[in-house]
Amino acid sequence: MNLDIVIAGVGGQGNVLASRILARAAMEAGLAVLTSEVIGMAQREGVVMSQVRMGRKLMGALIPDGCADVLLAFEPAEAVRSLPKLKPGGMMIASTAPVIPVTVALGYSSYDHQAVLAYLKEVVNRAYLLDALSLAVQAGHPRTLNAVLLGSLAALGVLPFTADHLLGVMLDMLPEKLQEMNRRAFVAGLKAVEI
Amino acid sequence: MKKLLMGNEAIAWGAVEAGVQVAAGYPGTPSSEVLSTLAQLAVKRGFYVEWSVNEKVALEVAAGAAYAGARAMVTMKQVGLNVAADPLMTLAYIGVKGGLVLVVADDPGPHSSQNEQDTRKFARFAKLPVLDPATPREAREMAREAFSLSENLNLPVILRPTTRVCHVCQDVEVGEEHTPVARQFYFEKSPNWVIFPSLAAKRHVWLNRQQEAARRMFEQSSFNRFEGGRGKYTLAVIACGVSYNYVREALALLGEEIPVLKIGTPYPLPEKPVLEVLQVAEQVLVVEEQEPVVEEQIMLLAFKNRLPVVVRGKHDGLLPREGEFNVDRVRPALAAFLQGAGRVVGISGKWKEAFPSPAPPELPVRPPVLCAGCPHRASFYACKKAAAGKDVVFTGDIGCYTLGNAPPLHTVDTCLCMGASVNIAAGFSRVEPGRHHIAILGDSTFFHTGLPGLINAVYNRARITLVVLDNRTTAMTGHQPHPGLGRTALGEEGVSIDIALLAEACGAGFVRVVDPYDLDQAVMVVQEALDYPGPSVVVMKRECVALTGSSRRCQVKPQACLNCNQCIEELGCPAIFPGAEHPHIAGQCNGCGLCIRVCPAGAIEEVAL
Repeated sequence: MNLDIVIAGVGGQGNVLASRILARAAMEAGLAVLTSEVIGMAQREGVVMSQVRMGRKLMGALIPDGCADVLLAFEPAEAVRSLPKLKPGGMMIASTAPVIPVTVALGYSSYDHQAVLAYLKEVVNRAYLLDALSLAVQAGHPRTLNAVLLGSLAALGVLPFTADHLLGVMLDMLPEKLQEMNRRAFVAGLKAVEI
Repeated sequence: MKKLLMGNEAIAWGAVEAGVQVAAGYPGTPSSEVLSTLAQLAVKRGFYVEWSVNEKVALEVAAGAAYAGARAMVTMKQVGLNVAADPLMTLAYIGVKGGLVLVVADDPGPHSSQNEQDTRKFARFAKLPVLDPATPREAREMAREAFSLSENLNLPVILRPTTRVCHVCQDVEVGEEHTPVARQFYFEKSPNWVIFPSLAAKRHVWLNRQQEAARRMFEQSSFNRFEGGRGKYTLAVIACGVSYNYVREALALLGEEIPVLKIGTPYPLPEKPVLEVLQVAEQVLVVEEQEPVVEEQIMLLAFKNRLPVVVRGKHDGLLPREGEFNVDRVRPALAAFLQGAGRVVGISGKWKEAFPSPAPPELPVRPPVLCAGCPHRASFYACKKAAAGKDVVFTGDIGCYTLGNAPPLHTVDTCLCMGASVNIAAGFSRVEPGRHHIAILGDSTFFHTGLPGLINAVYNRARITLVVLDNRTTAMTGHQPHPGLGRTALGEEGVSIDIALLAEACGAGFVRVVDPYDLDQAVMVVQEALDYPGPSVVVMKRECVALTGSSRRCQVKPQACLNCNQCIEELGCPAIFPGAEHPHIAGQCNGCGLCIRVCPAGAIEEVAL
């Protein structure tokens, strides 16, 4: 059984690291894995979409539209932007805190946060909208947002490995001084969604 | 040993397994991690790696090593090969002794490039064999094989991954490392290393013969693989590189099974396995990103062999020549191919229409921007202030600072290729003498190809101002070192080459160094530079904000703020947001203080964290 995960976010939110952690966890659980994202020009404050595929037999690294099992969104507008990737009946976890781009501050485009959240609630049946940023801040730093979201992903029960396994891999990939804070963040995310 | 490797890392591992002795390159997305990984692996293993000043230099350094019998690798992005084209075209005639592999990363899309040129076509033009991997695993195998292929043919070999190999991570089995033998390399003198017209005429005949030798080798290669059993068939797909993955998945989604010939060696085309398909199939669909390199060779092959097979692909508009492929672009073409041949294509249960939903709300536009606290923002702002009331054209260049063209800075009016800013400005100055022309380029770009432009401007007395944004790194591609830093790829301390001294040595009469965070001073220096009659050079020196931590940040004093929004509208800093009462400064702020200088009411202050 293959699992396709789309991670949507904004450059600098730690979403690329989250995709690496998931991929390492899958590999260490004995699965084949492929990840893909565009890095470079899109890094800073731009749209970054990671795709993670794991299973027994994989083909390409790019998930076709309407085929992702899970959408893990670090930002609500980016959740909407990536929604065409999600399969009907697929699950979504989205952080509700917006990242307002410069274009909005300058008046070149608009961001109706409430409309975005309402849309997500309306069209995704299995949606978990989560104030992940507050949980990250409570855990010790806004940058633990990715750990919160990985914890909440582990709570869905769709990953082909346990939450403990994912947590172990994540901590192994972080420097020692950041481990405790990220463990707190992961557990907070896990508890927030636990079904 | 299994490792999670990015395609670029996998290529580096393949090269290490093949016993690479010398590697050189210039950074460029999506290629950069090949050389940075090699640099990490080199320290323990004792081979040599350098970031060269540009791709031409890198290729020549590698060629020297390969002349002496060592295995060498050069890395660059597709447009970098244009810079290295001069040595490459003749190196094909001269040949190599040790294996020489060029890793040239293509960027269909393009995601991070000025164009979508296809290196497979360049390989064909240069008459050099090219390998096109579909996955990081295959990229590692190809990198390893490419060295022996190069030695067997005495030709440089090109490995051409694309973004969806370079930046894809996969579980990759890394094999036994080639134990570095304490080999002595020795350059054997011979007239065959000195290209003269008489030698070129002779070697051209040899080079053309090597095309057929390479083709025969590729006919035996496991990188080309027929999948589809031995039975009779009427339809087949021939797919190249990453497109193979999309074809496989699209066929699965459509619930169709037809034979697929996977091509990993697009030039010279392995004729034997292709002919075997063309002789059986009534129709074939060729699926490859970018140019119809394989498709055109197949059509030629069918014509030469008088085969009645129908070849479909780009020439008849079934597949586009532009942009990146994915399953969603390949599937309709595949369905149309099958339908065109009379098949009824059902949609398998596995594939469903994309998420059906009401129209989404309007989403904010989110382009990449200069970081909060980026010194380039301060430099651009200083240039704009200095240019106030004057008619100025800003010629830009390649780097993070190309983002200076976005609102509200609008300080990049042209961008063409590496190093072009200086010369485009000089060209303008010849035909619109009433205007000021400011060329803006980064430190690494200055060393890459900016320097000849400066010498030319001095020599020919062009009245331009060159602003070098010296942020002490090659930021855009992941912070590689360059000659201005005195630190090499292997982390050794070297000589740091001072840009201002270099500009003076070139004969520029006006050369100043200024910190762009010191806004008033920076504005004054640019004003003086604009008044100077002749080429003037301003070095804006301040380290990239992504490399420096900060213990300061700025905040708005609500009681003093006029809520005029000037800090937002003048700077476009991603840390400053409008609020109901007054702007807010968010956590990304690193306290560069530019907004303090812009605020007309003195309502922004710096605080320690």
